[in-house]
Amino acid sequence: MAANGKSDPGTNRTTVERKSDRELVVTRTFNAPARIVFDAWTKPELFRRWWVPKSFGLTLVSCELDVRVGGTYRLVFGQGAAFFGRYIDVTPPSRLVWTNDEGGDDGAVTTVTFEERDGKTLVVVHDLYPSKEALDDAIASGSTGAFSEQFEELDALLVS
Amino acid sequence: MVQYITARLDASFAALSDATRRGILEQLGRADTSITELANKFHMTLTGMKKHVGVLEQAGLVATEKIGRVRTCKLGPRRLAEETAWIAAYRLLWASRFDELDQIVEELKQKEKSDGRKRKK
Repeated sequence: MAANGKSDPGTNRTTVERKSDRELVVTRTFNAPARIVFDAWTKPELFRRWWVPKSFGLTLVSCELDVRVGGTYRLVFGQGAAFFGRYIDVTPPSRLVWTNDEGGDDGAVTTVTFEERDGKTLVVVHDLYPSKEALDDAIASGSTGAFSEQFEELDALLVS
Repeated sequence: MVQYITARLDASFAALSDATRRGILEQLGRADTSITELANKFHMTLTGMKKHVGVLEQAGLVATEKIGRVRTCKLGPRRLAEETAWIAAYRLLWASRFDELDQIVEELKQKEKSDGRKRKK
């Protein structure tokens, strides 16, 4: 698959798994200590450089992250779509938890853990939905993640 | 149409939520297998295995055919195409994201290194 890391193909693979009715889990290992990877997730000027991959052709108009417990974040895209929520756990450099509030009560809670081992950091992104239906709906509507256009194309593909 | 897809995804993901059933699909990916063989392989009663195969069959992931007295299972016509496509799109997003993150992490590492050198001088 094309998911291999560039620097160390094979070991730095991105994996995605639906762990249960309500959970999606993404993992990837980075060749750097946790404090560096954590910085890239919590400093807005760094975060905005990678959260929207260039290849997706979307513009992130603004990116405000107030990374502390109870602090909020807000990402606004060129198309007007906004993603926002609240940080409910900030434990540098090992753990970040935030809510996804743009979807109302059906939004997931995202937990990101950073586990350092031998100078490398395993990042685990865990999305927990309030119910099976909420995750199924997110999948079916293609609203998981910030790239609904991609999933609309996929929808079209599945229907054809 | 969307509802139709949702219902199918429901059935598929429910079927895949069980480790034995995922194991069955893996096995069938290698070769068609009879229910009796599957029951033996997974240390399960015939009745238990029939139930698992039933769930997979309902989801369209497995097809069965009775030849003589033996019921043989194989991967269904749909296989995992839809789920795989969805997961693949989702993985593509995260893989691209993480490739960019990789570059930034590399940059930060270099910066830390050169700052460290500067401090030592």
